Amino acid sequence: MNDQIIEALQAQFGEEGVYGIGESHGILQVTTAVENIVPMIHFLYAHPVFKFQFLTDLAGIHFPDAKGQELGVIYHLHSLENNVRLWIKAYAPIEAPNFPTITGLFATANWMEREAFDFYGIIFEGHPNLTRILNMDEMDYHPMRKEYPLEDATRHDKIDELFGR
Amino acid sequence: MSDSSVNIVEAPAGVEGAGFFATSLDNLVGLARANSLWPLPFATSCCGIEFMSTMASHYDIGRFGAERLSFSARQADVLMVMGTISKKMAPVVKQVYLQMAEPRWVLSVGACACSGGIFDTYSVLQGIDRIIPVDVYVPGCPPRPEQILDGFMQIQELAKKESTRRRNEPEYKALLASYGIE
Repeated sequence: MNDQIIEALQAQFGEEGVYGIGESHGILQVTTAVENIVPMIHFLYAHPVFKFQFLTDLAGIHFPDAKGQELGVIYHLHSLENNVRLWIKAYAPIEAPNFPTITGLFATANWMEREAFDFYGIIFEGHPNLTRILNMDEMDYHPMRKEYPLEDATRHDKIDELFGR
Repeated sequence: MSDSSVNIVEAPAGVEGAGFFATSLDNLVGLARANSLWPLPFATSCCGIEFMSTMASHYDIGRFGAERLSFSARQADVLMVMGTISKKMAPVVKQVYLQMAEPRWVLSVGACACSGGIFDTYSVLQGIDRIIPVDVYVPGCPPRPEQILDGFMQIQELAKKESTRRRNEPEYKALLASYGIE
C-alpha cells in the first residue's frame, strides 16, 4: 500500500511536493512543505481507499544544524481500516516557526500542538488556545530547543570538578 | 493494668506524689501533640506507594498516633510530601502548607522531595525546602516504610520537645519570612 500512497500523493502534490521518502519498520515517511501540510492531511483523510482518519501523534523536533529548517513537526497518521501508518514531516526556519493548525480536522491535535508550542516554540496559526500545557506558565523559554541545558539552572551544589567536567 | 498488652506512652519528667503528678505545660502539650499527629499525605509518585504500605496494616502508621490521615489541610499537623514535585506543582504544595494551621510540621520523604533526586532537570523543583521549611528529611529512593516511620518518629520527638511559644518566636517568624510566608 505504501507505493500506492506515494503515487497518489505525488499525483496530487507533484513530485517536488513530496520528498524525503523513506520507510522505517514498514511505516512510510514523507516530507513536504509547510503549506502542503493541511491539504495533504485532508486529502489522506478524505481519500476513498486510504482513509487516514486517526492522528496518532504530533510531535516537534529541533535540528540546530539544519540551516533554514531547524524546527520540524511530525504527524503520525493511522488508517484504522487498512491498518497502515504514515509519518508526514515538515520543517520551518527557527526565525519563523509557523505551521498551520490541524485542529480543524483533528480535535485531538489541540493538546499536541500546545505541547509542541510549549517545548519548541512552534507557532500553530489558527490554534484556538495556543498556551503552555505541561510546563509552568511563568517559564520564559522553550526548553526542548537544543541551546537550553537539560539540567536545572538554579543548582549551586553541582561543582563541575566533582562530576569530572 | 499491669497485665495489659496495650502500650501507653511514658509520662514526661515531673514530680510525682500520692495522688498528684506535676510537670510543665510544655511537656504535657508536647505529649498530647506528639501522639496524635494527623498527617496530610501529599503523594505524587513512587514514594507515595511506600507510604500506602506504611499506612496499611502491616506497618501501620496508626501505631504512632497517626491513625487519622487528614486529607483536609485545615486539620492536618504534618505535611508529608512524598514524590517528585515539579515546578508546576510547587505553588500547590505551598498553598497546602499555607492552609495548615500552626503548629505544623513538614516531613520530606524520598530523594525527589528532599533534593529533586535523579530529576536534575528544568521542570523539577530541586527539593521542597526551596518553597517551604522542612523539619525532617527521609532519604531513599524510595525509602522503605521503616524509614518513613523513623522519619515520623523524629517529627514526634520534635513535637514532644517543642516549646509552646516556639511558633511566636522571632526566629520562627524570620524562618517563615525567608520563604515569603508571613
